[in-house]
Amino acid sequence: MPTKPAGTLYRGREGMWSWVGHRITGVVIFFFLLVHVLDTSLVRVSPEAYTAVIGAYKNPLMALGETGLVAAIVFHAFNGLRVIAIDFWKKGAKYQRQMLWTVLVLWLVVFGAFAIRHLSLALGGH
Amino acid sequence: MSTEIQTPRSGRNSSGKYSSGKIAPQYRRGTGSKGNFEMFAWLFMRLSGVVLVVLIFGHLFVNLMVGEGIHGIDFGFVAGKWADPFWQFWDLAMLWLAMLHGTNGVRTIINDYAEKDATRLWLKVVLYAATVVIVVLGTLVIFTFNPCPVVNGVQLPGGFCPAP
Repeated sequence: MPTKPAGTLYRGREGMWSWVGHRITGVVIFFFLLVHVLDTSLVRVSPEAYTAVIGAYKNPLMALGETGLVAAIVFHAFNGLRVIAIDFWKKGAKYQRQMLWTVLVLWLVVFGAFAIRHLSLALGGH
Repeated sequence: MSTEIQTPRSGRNSSGKYSSGKIAPQYRRGTGSKGNFEMFAWLFMRLSGVVLVVLIFGHLFVNLMVGEGIHGIDFGFVAGKWADPFWQFWDLAMLWLAMLHGTNGVRTIINDYAEKDATRLWLKVVLYAATVVIVVLGTLVIFTFNPCPVVNGVQLPGGFCPAP
């Protein structure tokens, strides 16, 4: 296998790393979703069962996990919109790199705001 | 040196010449034609993706950012939301779109990395089984849920329940 294929436009650049990030965040979100439907389904078992499991989630470790999950969701959302622009906008492929930096700036703003609010609520107590 | 990156699947190869737009023979697996399924799957990812951004950002904002955030989430919170058909429909759309979007994404990853036919088949059997279970379970929970259960003869409190 050649270690450095000639003429590759994607390998090792913004295009490849955003693709890797999109895959990893997508898989993480999918597995969370399976668990999230199962825990929410406990409302159908009994109010106590649901409130007990949700109560077990309310600790600092899970708060960090939720924050990480939202980091993944926000990146996947904005980068997904970038992928749509690459596919459907005539100049999308030309500006894909600039759009990735836009995605990262938006990610920082939206995720930063979420993290400050959520962590101060979750770690700050009542 | 500046290089122009062509739009993926535009039917042009790296030298800018138009080709058939099909997968190169050395990368093709199997011989059967799937019709337009892959094109519809590709389109579905983009359409559902846009809708999911709105649905999930709204879900996170209403559940975690407003009021006392995560401290407000308990049985009464879920019951209050699902007493309203608006949130039932919101969550149902989110469940179906997210599960189909996620399942198709994982299907793509299985196709990319599992090289043996039998491995791909079994991974996809497990994936589709999980998807059916989660979608059916979630749908039933949203629609058969009783927001005003009576526990030990006492109706649970909540402003959305009719007076006993």
